[in-house]
Amino acid sequence: MDVLSQLQRQLADFLASLYREGFVDDQFTQLQKLQDESSPDFVMEVVSLFFEDCEKLVNNMAKVLEQQVVDFKQVDSHVHQLKGSSSSIGAARIRNVCIAFKTFCEAQNREGCLRCLQQVNHEHAQLKANLQSLFTLERQIVAAGGTVPAMQ
Amino acid sequence: MFLDVSCLLLFWMSLHHVFGFGLKAGHLLWRLCCWIVSVVSMNWFINGGILETKAGMLGDGGKMWLKCLEKVSGNSCKIHHLYYQYIGSMRIRKTWWRKLLVAWIVGWIAVSVWIFWYMSSQAFEKRKETLASMCDERARMLQDQFNVSMNHVQAMSILISTFHHGKNPSAIDQRTFARYTERTAFERPLTSGVAYAVRVLHSEREQFENQQGWTIKRMDTFEQSPVQKDDSVAEALEPSPIQEEYAPVIFAQDTVAHVVSLDMLSGTEDRENVLRARASGKGVLTAPFRLLKTNRLGVILTFAVYKTDLPSNAMPSERIQATDGYIGGIFDIESLVEKLLQQLASKQTILVNVYDITNQSHPISMYGSNVSDDGLEHVSALNFGDPFRKHEMRCRFKQKPPWPWLAITTSIGILVIVLLIGYIFHATMNRIAKVEDDCHKMEELKKRAEAADVAKSQFLATVSHEIRTPMNGVLGMLQMLMDTELDATQQDYVRTAQDSGKALVSLINEVLDQAKIESGKIELEAMQFDLRAIMDEVLALFSGKAHEKGVELAVYVSDGVPEIVIGDPGRFRQIITNLMGNSIKFTKKGHIFLTVHLVEEVMDSIDVETESSSQNTLSGLPVADGSRSWVGFKIFNPEGSSHTPSPSSSDLVNIIVSVEDTGEGIPLEAQPRVFTPFMQVDPSISRKYGGTGIGLSISKCLVGLMNGEIGFVSIPDIGSTFTFTAVFSNGCCNSNDSKPQKQRLKNQSNTMSSRFQGMTALVVDPKPVRAKVSRYQIQRLGIHVELVLDLNQGLSSISNENKAVNMVFVEQEVWDRDSSISALFIYKLQQIDPVTKLFLLGNSLSSSRTNTATSGFYTPSVITKPLKASMLSASLQRAMGGNKGNPCNGEHPSLSLRNLLAGRKILIVDDNKVNLIVAAAALKKYGADVVCADSGQKAIKLLKPPHKFDACFMDIQMPEMDGFEATRIIRDMESNGHIPILAMTADVIQATYEECQRCGMDGYVSKPFEAEQLYQEVSRFLQPTSSVNL
Repeated sequence: MDVLSQLQRQLADFLASLYREGFVDDQFTQLQKLQDESSPDFVMEVVSLFFEDCEKLVNNMAKVLEQQVVDFKQVDSHVHQLKGSSSSIGAARIRNVCIAFKTFCEAQNREGCLRCLQQVNHEHAQLKANLQSLFTLERQIVAAGGTVPAMQ
Repeated sequence: MFLDVSCLLLFWMSLHHVFGFGLKAGHLLWRLCCWIVSVVSMNWFINGGILETKAGMLGDGGKMWLKCLEKVSGNSCKIHHLYYQYIGSMRIRKTWWRKLLVAWIVGWIAVSVWIFWYMSSQAFEKRKETLASMCDERARMLQDQFNVSMNHVQAMSILISTFHHGKNPSAIDQRTFARYTERTAFERPLTSGVAYAVRVLHSEREQFENQQGWTIKRMDTFEQSPVQKDDSVAEALEPSPIQEEYAPVIFAQDTVAHVVSLDMLSGTEDRENVLRARASGKGVLTAPFRLLKTNRLGVILTFAVYKTDLPSNAMPSERIQATDGYIGGIFDIESLVEKLLQQLASKQTILVNVYDITNQSHPISMYGSNVSDDGLEHVSALNFGDPFRKHEMRCRFKQKPPWPWLAITTSIGILVIVLLIGYIFHATMNRIAKVEDDCHKMEELKKRAEAADVAKSQFLATVSHEIRTPMNGVLGMLQMLMDTELDATQQDYVRTAQDSGKALVSLINEVLDQAKIESGKIELEAMQFDLRAIMDEVLALFSGKAHEKGVELAVYVSDGVPEIVIGDPGRFRQIITNLMGNSIKFTKKGHIFLTVHLVEEVMDSIDVETESSSQNTLSGLPVADGSRSWVGFKIFNPEGSSHTPSPSSSDLVNIIVSVEDTGEGIPLEAQPRVFTPFMQVDPSISRKYGGTGIGLSISKCLVGLMNGEIGFVSIPDIGSTFTFTAVFSNGCCNSNDSKPQKQRLKNQSNTMSSRFQGMTALVVDPKPVRAKVSRYQIQRLGIHVELVLDLNQGLSSISNENKAVNMVFVEQEVWDRDSSISALFIYKLQQIDPVTKLFLLGNSLSSSRTNTATSGFYTPSVITKPLKASMLSASLQRAMGGNKGNPCNGEHPSLSLRNLLAGRKILIVDDNKVNLIVAAAALKKYGADVVCADSGQKAIKLLKPPHKFDACFMDIQMPEMDGFEATRIIRDMESNGHIPILAMTADVIQATYEECQRCGMDGYVSKPFEAEQLYQEVSRFLQPTSSVNL
């Protein structure tokens, strides 16, 4: 039980730091609340779907931005999608970058777009790493026979 | 400006026959312009006309003028027409009037020059005439005098013929002749001397010479030195050479005595004279020459003296034969003329010259200074009775002709007038052009100002939106922060921050509204809505605050108000919310009472209501008398208004809403500016209560848009009552269109009431006003309501066998008054009818709880005020269903959501898989049966009727087909029924909301879902499923 409680504390701390550093927001909590016995891996499924989606979008955008004549409309629609899904899972940092990204798209600022794209990539990688460690922690807790505490 | 002037001119035109001449400069100017263009050939008329106008003369000229006007009016009409075409284009008009001005001035300069010329030529003619008459007069006189003298000379010839030749010996000798002539000289004032030469043939010369005692002398030499004045010179003269005949002078007047013995035939001039005289028998004149002594010009008149009387038609040869001698008179022409001129008065003015023009090319001057002058000259012919000699008199004025001042002044005067008129015209046109330019500038400025205003509104809208979005983030974060573990101080800080944020958002919304109103962009919608539902919503909105403050909140809608009206529910709600917000802000105790009546009802009850005592209020506190706030409304003073309330005849519903509070009231001095934007009672108020003071101004505008009026009455420390009227259309009458919506609205109330239809309730409340509110709400569920004043009456009413009372509502106040009576009441109630449900109507949860704790035994359900039909129905359902769960209406949204959504089949449409999954999971969590679609097309396929979906959540921004498009198609497919479609949107902005409405969407929810907002929206369309057990 000692290990379990330690793990649980670790998880709580980790989550708190995620919130504190703005990686995720309230929506992530909501998302976690949606997870129940009927769908035990709901959060992970959604998050992995999000990451796939995100990678795809980032790649697409990178391609579009590489071109001589940039179709900002297309970029904009990608960013919109990304913004939507990031706010759905509560990936606050990515969403914030997306907001900036959108303004650059509207201004047709290629430089800004590229910068934002890099930022999205960066945030994406960070979030991915963070969430992976979060899930690992959770799995460890479950493996140790404990339950993941519900979010407040 | 320009148009006005021309219209005015046209008006004058049409009246000018009636009124004659307008004195108006513009009119005159315009008239003159017309003439110069249309009748250049009629310049004379205008000229005359102008002079007449100037001199103010009428009469013949005036008539002619009128005729002229009539002639011209046709033309000028055409010109007017053209003129109007011209004003279409400013550029054309400008050049046009400049040309006209130049033509005008040039034309008039020509006219004035012509006038000058005409007048001066007239003067010249007159002068010439004068000169001619004077000259002719002089010539005639001269001729007459000359003739008189000539007659005398002729008479003398007769004398000589009679006394010299007719007598032998002669009766006349030189002395006699000299004396006679001297003494008769007065008769011949013009002759300086008379001489007689006798005809002597050469054969008779010697005899003659001897007889006379002197030789005949020749004249040539004498003539060569005419200047000699010495009489003795004659002695030195040569004797005449031998001639065929001679004509020596034998008699001479003393003045010319020196010519005696001179042979007249020896002087060329004299010879010719003599010869002509004897041949013609008439007086003959010599060319003028210098007289010997006086050195003045003179002529010699010669008559022949015949031996016998000759017939007048005698041949010249006969005359020559009959000639006896010749008499000659010397005429001093100069003195003759001088004497003559002296007789005439005006000798100073003219200069007379007399010429002998026998030789045309070399006229010989006989009189006058030979000054050659190119000026005016008149020539009169003179006839001195010698056909061979011709004479003429030339007259000239001594002075040069005077300047033709009249002509000069006239023409210059005309010119000046014309230039003045031209200047007026120019100035007018300039002025008009300037005014037009100014007008254009003004328009430009106006446009710019309007553009600026639009820009301002856009800016405000944009800024508000831009602020709202991050503010929502801030608020969300704060909400999250509240959920974390915080100590009391931190929580307080966060709450304050959140309140401020909310205040800011509402402020932004208000500013946005104000901007919209100012730019006139607010247009009211016309849709059917349930007025009572709106009231419930407002009540729900403020119930939280009212609880906090312990203020009683109630709504009452009169039965006369139609269930469904057509109008703008959003704006209507906004007005009420504003008023309620104000009330709740300033009310610390007592109540806030919202009432809705028909105007007609209020009008009927005006007199009755005024006598209502202050005790007869919701909370028992005195209130400001609301009727005073609307007595000034136009609708209550029909004589002063155009729209009299006549709902019976038309579909219009006049509604009067009043919000009565027991707050601190508005200070008297601040009351006049209550409706001025950004005006607050004083700055401390905004510090104390927040707010911008913009809400009431917006409300006033909105009320105005609803054809209503707003007013208030406020008594400091007692309270305020705001009242407004609004005009809606009756929704029940014309229900042909938008059937589904109406059905939907109907459903809402039907489902609510169907369950309790026909039941009877008893309300125990001593206060009629409050009882009325309770009755209203309970009646809405279809329950029949009876009112009693206290518990005892209630008991007696229940025990009445005829009636089955299904439920009893007791006011908390009555319940708490005496717990023993309450306990007794419960006991008896259960004895009489155990099925009867008992409810307490409580003001707040806390008070009921304390009460519950103390009462100890059976606790009746407490229904917390404010009463709302929906909440009542829920409570009743729970009670009826035997479920004694928490009956309060402060349920957690998620529970309510579960209540609403459980078992519902819901379609979610979103192209974003992540969003789709999250949304689906969220809805599933509330028990809904969720179907997902990732595109608009799929949604359309799924929603093709018949389908079993209860609602649809649709993303707006989707590739290929966006949510609006999909909704439109779905709505088109729906033959009957109406599936609620809610937009899912990340940015919750006004424009999107309106767009949603336009496309047939029923509302929108935020994405990702927020429980409260989701509940609010969903509850509008879905009724709690009765089958659900909590």
